[in-house]
Amino acid sequence: MGVVTLTIDNKEVKAEEGMTVLEAAQSAGIYIPTLCHHEKLETYTACRICMVEVESRGRVRLDTACSHPVANDMVVKTRSEKINKIRKTLLELMLAHAPDSAILQEMAEEYGADKGRFEKESSFCIHCALCVRYCAEVKKKNAIGFVNSGTKREISFVPEIASQECWKCKECFPLCPTEALQAAYVLAGALTFPVAPFELR
Amino acid sequence: MAQIKSPEELEKIRQEVSTQRDPNRPCISICAGSSCLASGAGEVIAAFKAEIEKQGLKADVDTKAAGCPGLCEKAPIVVIYPQKICYVQVTPEDVPEIISQTVVGKKVIERLIYTDPNTGEKAAHEDEIPFFQKQMRLLIGDNMKIDPKSIEDYMAAGGYSALNKVMRDMSAEQVIEEVSKADLRGRSGSGFPAGFKWESCRKSKGDNTKYVICNCHEGDPGAFADRRLLEANPHLIVEGMIIGSYAIGACEAYIFVGDEFPQTVENARLAIEQAEKYGLLGKDILGSGFDLTMEVCIDGGGYVLGESTALMASMEGRIGEPRMKYDHGTDRGLWAKPTVLNNLQTWANVPLIINQGADSFAAIGTEKSKGTRIFSLSGKIKNTGMVEVPMGMTLREVIFDIGGGIPGDKKFKALQVGGPMGGFIPENLLDLHVDFEELNAAGLAMGPGLVVADEDTCIVDMVIYHLNFLANESCGKCTPCREGLKQMLRILNNITEGKGKESDIELLELISEVQQDAALCALGQGASGPLLSTLKHFRDEYEAHIKEKRCPGGVCKALIETLSETSA
Ligand SMILES: Cc1cc2nc3c(=O)[nH]c(=O)nc-3n(C[C@H](O)[C@H](O)[C@H](O)COP(=O)(O)O)c2cc1C
Ligand code: SF4
Repeated sequence: MGVVTLTIDNKEVKAEEGMTVLEAAQSAGIYIPTLCHHEKLETYTACRICMVEVESRGRVRLDTACSHPVANDMVVKTRSEKINKIRKTLLELMLAHAPDSAILQEMAEEYGADKGRFEKESSFCIHCALCVRYCAEVKKKNAIGFVNSGTKREISFVPEIASQECWKCKECFPLCPTEALQAAYVLAGALTFPVAPFELR
Repeated sequence: MAQIKSPEELEKIRQEVSTQRDPNRPCISICAGSSCLASGAGEVIAAFKAEIEKQGLKADVDTKAAGCPGLCEKAPIVVIYPQKICYVQVTPEDVPEIISQTVVGKKVIERLIYTDPNTGEKAAHEDEIPFFQKQMRLLIGDNMKIDPKSIEDYMAAGGYSALNKVMRDMSAEQVIEEVSKADLRGRSGSGFPAGFKWESCRKSKGDNTKYVICNCHEGDPGAFADRRLLEANPHLIVEGMIIGSYAIGACEAYIFVGDEFPQTVENARLAIEQAEKYGLLGKDILGSGFDLTMEVCIDGGGYVLGESTALMASMEGRIGEPRMKYDHGTDRGLWAKPTVLNNLQTWANVPLIINQGADSFAAIGTEKSKGTRIFSLSGKIKNTGMVEVPMGMTLREVIFDIGGGIPGDKKFKALQVGGPMGGFIPENLLDLHVDFEELNAAGLAMGPGLVVADEDTCIVDMVIYHLNFLANESCGKCTPCREGLKQMLRILNNITEGKGKESDIELLELISEVQQDAALCALGQGASGPLLSTLKHFRDEYEAHIKEKRCPGGVCKALIETLSETSA
C-alpha cells in the first residue's frame, strides 16, 4: 500500500492509500463528529454528520468523511460555515427524536443547535442503524431490522429471533446514541415476544 | 421457426416476412396498450373477431392487437388499413357498423373519427390528426402496425435490420463511434453521452464479464412513456440492447421493470423468447461468435429503486438502498462487474441511429440535444397520452399544439417537468425548449413525464402531494432526506391548515439547502425541486396561505372554511 499526503485543516497528513478521510483525520488527531460510524461495521454514510469539504483535482465537493477515500494532494476542511450549517440542522432534526441524548446534546452545544427547533417526534430513533448492523454483521443474528421505508422507516425486533437471542446478548444496547434502545426492547418484548425471558439487568 | 445462422439468412427471413404481407389487404388494428385495454379494448378486439367470423370475412380481413400509438385520451383506438382510417373511443357496439361501412363499404363513419378538441375539425386519416401530425414519430410511428407479441410484425416494419447491418458490416468500435457521433444522450434526463459510457465499459479492465441493463423502472407519478414504449414495441428495445451489448462486449443483458405492469412484463418476456427462438439471442448470434442472454428483472420497490446503486443492489438480491460509490458503474457495477445502465429510451434510439446513420440522427434537434424525446402527457391536459417530439420543440407546443391544452376552459397554472425531483414552471416559461441544457438551467430535468396543473390547483397542496410521494418512495436511510421530508411536510400541512408562520418559508429553504448538500443520493438531493421551483415561481400562493389565510386554488378546506366564517 502506498502512502498519500493530504492536507486536513491546514495540517499535512500522511495516510495509507485506501484509507478514508475520517481514518486519516483520526490518525492525525483531528476530530470529525460521527454518529452512525463504527470501526467494526461496514461504512454506512447515513447520519451525514461527518460531512466535510474535500478539494481534489480542482473540484470542491461536500462528502462524508467516513466514506471518502484519501488521495494525494487532497485538501480537506472539517469545519466551514457550510459544514456548520449542515451539522447544526442535522442535529436539530435528530434532536426532535432524542432531545435527551447525551451525545446529541454535546454536539448540539458545539454547533449551537436548538433542540426545540422542530416539533418533537414520537420515535426516539435517529436511524444510525448501529444496532441493526451490529446484530447482522458482528453477531450475524438479524434479531433487529428496519421495517417500512422512507419517512415511515423504523427499527423493529424480530420477535422469533429476539426472544431466543437478545436476552443473553444485549451488546447493541450501549451502541445506541439515544440510550433508548433498551427501553424499546423491553417494550417490544412485553408486546410481542411469545416466550419472553427478557428480564433485563 | 428456425435458428438464424447468419446476417444473410436474417435478411432473407425479413424479406420473406415482408413480401408475404399484402399491403392492400384489409387489417383492423386495435390498440392493445394498457390504457386502451382499461377502456375496453379487449372487448372490442373480441367483437371484431366475432363479427368478421359472422360476416364470413375471415379469409379477407385481418385483425391486430397492436402497440399503443399514444392517443390514450381517446382509448380505445382503432385504425383500419390500408386506408389508415382512425376511429376513437370505439365500443363493441360500433363494431358491426365499422365492418360493414368501412371495411366492406369503404365509407368513413363520421361519428367515430377524431374531432380536434379546440378547432372542432374532424380528421379521418391517421396522418391528418393534428395530435400525430405535429409530432416526429421516429420511434413510435409504427406502433399501430406492430402486434407487440409478434416478432414477424416487427421485422415486417423494418425491425432487426439494424442488428443485421451491425453483424454484417460493423465492428464493436464502429458501433460505439456511430452512437458517439450521433451524440445520443441519456434519456433518463441525465443527458450523459451514451457512446462515452459504452466505450468506458468496453475498455474497462475490471473484468471480462460485462453487463448491460435497461432501466424501465419509471417510478415518477404521472409518467408512463418508458413502460408504454416497452409494452408497445418490445423488440425495438431488445434490438437496441443486443446491438449495445455487442458494442460493449457484454454477455448478459437485463430489463429492469416494475411488477405493477404485468402487460409490459409479459410483452418484454415474450419478445426475448421469440428473439431466442430465432437465434437473435443466445450463443453465436448470427454466426458472429457473440453470445448474449437477456432477461426481464422484476422490481417491486419504490421510486428510489430507479437510482443506479439501489437498482443494482436490488438486482443482486440486497436491500434496494442507494450507497456511496467512488468508482463508475462501467468499472464496478452489477455484481461488481463493468456495467452499462441506460434508460429505456436511450436503448430505443440505437436501431434508428444504426439504420439512418449518425449524421441524419444528429441533424434533428438542437446544438447539444439530438434526436427526439418521448414524453407522457398527463394531468389537466386534453390529449393525455404518449408523444414523440423533436428536441428543440418548445414546451408550449408540446402542451398546447399536441396536448391540446387544458380541458374545460380552465386556465393553465403550472407544468411539472422532470418528475418529483424536477420542478414546476408557470406559463411564461413555457417557451423553454426541449433541450437538456436549457431545462437544467431552469432547474428542471428531462424526465419522461409532463404533468399539467390548471387554475383549480393549489400549489402548496400539489407540492405536499409530491413530497408525500417521496416520503413514501425514498428509502429512509439518511437523515436529511428522511427527517427533512418529515419536517417539510409538517410545515406545509400547517400552511394549508391556516397555521402557517412567516418564518416557515425560510425554514423550508434551509431544510432544502441541507438536503441538496448533504443527502446521500440524488433523490434526497433533488427532493426539494418541487418546493424550490414553486417558491420561486408561485411564491404569492404560499404568501396567500400564510398571510391572508387564503387558498388561491380553492383547494385547502381549512382555509375555505376560515374565510367563510370570517365573512359570515
Ligand atoms: C431517485 C432516482 C430515480 C431514478 N429513476 C430512474 C428511472 O426510473 N429510470 C431511469 O432510466 N433512470 C432513473 N434514474 C437515473 C438512473 O440512476 C440512471 O442515471 C439512468 O438510468 C442512466 O440512464 P441514461 O444514462 O440512459 O439516462 C433515477 C435516479 C434517481 C436518483
Ligand atoms: S437521499 Fe433519501 S432515498 Fe437517497 S439514500 Fe437518503 S434517504 Fe434514501
